[in-house]
Amino acid sequence: MNNVNDIITQELRAFASSLLESGEVSAFLGFAHGSLPMTTRPFVAKTPEDAQKLVWNSFCVLNLANYLPALLKSIEPPRGPKDPPPEGPLPKAGVIATGCWSRNIVVQTQENQVDRSRLVIAGVSSRGMVDRKKVLKALDGKEITKIEEKDHDLIVEADGAIKELNRWSVTRDNCQSCVHSSAVVFDHWIGPKLDDRQAPNRFKQIEDIEKMTADERWAWFSKEIETCIRCYACRNACPLCYCETCFVDDSNPQWVGKSIEKADAAIFHLLRAFHCAGRCTDCGACESACPMGIRMRLLTKKLEKDVFELFGDEAGMDASKPLTMTTYKLEDPQGFIFEPKHGQKKE
Amino acid sequence: MKTIFLNEKELLALLASWCETFDVYAPNDGKGEDAACSVIGWGKIASKEEFYGVLPDKIAKGVHKTSIKPFFFPQPETLVTFTSDNKPCAPLANTVGQKRLILGVRPCDARSVMLNAMPYRDDPYYQANQNKTVLVGVGCNEKAITCFCEKTGGSPLGTDGLDILITTLGTGFALEALTNQGDELLGSQGAALDEALLAEFTKRRESFAADAQKANSTPSLKGKDLMSLYQSKIWQDLSQSCINCGACTFLCPTCYCFDIQDEAIRKDKGSSNACACGTGGCACDAPSVRRIRYWDSCMFPLFTKHASGHNPRGTKEHRVRNRFMHKLKYFPDRFGALSCVGCGRCIRECPVNIDIREVMTTLLAVD
Ligand code: SF4
Ligand code: SF4
Ligand code: SF4
Ligand code: SF4
Repeated sequence: MNNVNDIITQELRAFASSLLESGEVSAFLGFAHGSLPMTTRPFVAKTPEDAQKLVWNSFCVLNLANYLPALLKSIEPPRGPKDPPPEGPLPKAGVIATGCWSRNIVVQTQENQVDRSRLVIAGVSSRGMVDRKKVLKALDGKEITKIEEKDHDLIVEADGAIKELNRWSVTRDNCQSCVHSSAVVFDHWIGPKLDDRQAPNRFKQIEDIEKMTADERWAWFSKEIETCIRCYACRNACPLCYCETCFVDDSNPQWVGKSIEKADAAIFHLLRAFHCAGRCTDCGACESACPMGIRMRLLTKKLEKDVFELFGDEAGMDASKPLTMTTYKLEDPQGFIFEPKHGQKKE
Repeated sequence: MKTIFLNEKELLALLASWCETFDVYAPNDGKGEDAACSVIGWGKIASKEEFYGVLPDKIAKGVHKTSIKPFFFPQPETLVTFTSDNKPCAPLANTVGQKRLILGVRPCDARSVMLNAMPYRDDPYYQANQNKTVLVGVGCNEKAITCFCEKTGGSPLGTDGLDILITTLGTGFALEALTNQGDELLGSQGAALDEALLAEFTKRRESFAADAQKANSTPSLKGKDLMSLYQSKIWQDLSQSCINCGACTFLCPTCYCFDIQDEAIRKDKGSSNACACGTGGCACDAPSVRRIRYWDSCMFPLFTKHASGHNPRGTKEHRVRNRFMHKLKYFPDRFGALSCVGCGRCIRECPVNIDIREVMTTLLAVD
């Protein structure tokens, strides 16, 4: 019997190749196999043959929306910087999208980074992606040489020994707290359409941190970012980060120092997180991309919680509404401005 | 140079004795606490239990998460400090400090120190850091799936850059002195290898050397006209998924690009004494500046950006091409060896799984 991933993979390949065959899209963005266990590669199929390389499994941890602005640009007919855009519609791209990625596409359309009419979105229900760091931990850090995915289990081969892990037990924190696991915008559906998971307490991780005293919180934060090497994989994996010049690269004014000393790393993380307020979909790409295992997603999750509790908004759910931080209402809560310590309470 | 044989007990005693004259570092999970030298993933050790972790038969296979690069090329390195009243400030940080000894170094990482010393041969900072550091390596009994040292000119039993190499041999360990310093450290410890052990040791060395020579792709890469690939479509295909983060280059032991900046010194950067620059030794409290050298990466948008705004490596494709061509073409042209030791960190940690081994295969396929 075929498992869910195989079904999705088959349907995805067929759909992408039909779009490429008919010329409806010039490129289809998905994932291909990686060279190591638990890795995948974002992959752009340009021909129906390429489309046969697309795969779907629990290791598709990056957010494909991140590639869309550049991909759409790359398939436009070449023209000089001052030439007007060509007449008629520009070529389209196809993409597979889970709940969070589709919400990021919505944010990108709200922010004019992506033209929705140039996308063909293949919606999918995500069953949660696996955190490879959790798998490594479950195997005491042994080197994993092979992994086979069943619907509910992972069969892991590490240093000769074989271990069966429950798949859900090693899914990412963001997936375990997700309440919008199926694509919210799509043109076509791939695989079984599952009900959105109802995470019992989606903000549990944040509430635990909120319970700490200020000193404890500072200690937690300092420890969390202690091993950050400032590689910016977290920033670059994020579909929200598209500024021409990032604040970390600005030298006039210089917002943040260049070293990995505590003050510099802390400012980088705090500023990065705040730039995502009201826009972050908790896709977890940042955390998955980090080579050092830093859980910087907890910062954006806190902002997600605040935006939800203060304004009742969730990013990327409704393209017709303005983004939370780009608008205001007279009845918006404001107590937190005057009484910072009550900032977490709903007015 | 001598090679001696020790059992586990003797070896542990020898390692512990080095703590008396050196700051001894070994792989750990966090950030070294030590203000003088804070290297992520390497910390000072002193207790006997910790020494167990660096024995060749106990240490995890393959390379440690982070390399020893920051011991030689700190992030950041203070080059000079000066004050607003023009008084001379503290001496260069790296000319002071205790001699240090790093344990548990893999042959690939040790080789990277030797390779980086080529472009940094006239760099007083790198040289000073190297001069105060002793490297004690552990041979690899087993390779990780991402290891490919032999392809780059190294070997799991390679000795380049090391002062001492420890390998398992018979029921104990062989300690091979590779420099005068290493020879001195072994002192009059242990016994020379007996005939049987010596035969085994020599045979193993020869067979590893032969394997390494066979697998080394440096000569074939150097024989290829790689510049003919400069405009090739391979870079576009390869770079499509790259997110231009610095995970590969920052974790890479052989990436050594830097940028320089002057910074006003903040109080929190230094120690608790009155010296604002944090290097200790002086007692000024005038506002001061430090000039730091910090890591740069060809993956970053500011890399080689000219004052005019033009950047010859302005696109993702150019950046990715630069990374691989630097390692596999430009560096070998200038210094003879590849600027890659096959540690596989970039493969292991790349968020989009760009695999340098595949790039090498592609380059080798050229006529
Ligand atoms: S901040 Fe992290 S979780 Fe939020 S959208 Fe960006 S990558 Fe996704
Ligand atoms: S990806 Fe991780 S190590 Fe890199 S800058 Fe982000 S938090 Fe730091
Ligand atoms: S690359 Fe070679 S030297 Fe380095 S850890 Fe692997 S086997 Fe050992
Ligand atoms: S390029 Fe990759 S494999 Fe080569 S030395 Fe650097 S991190 Fe290791």
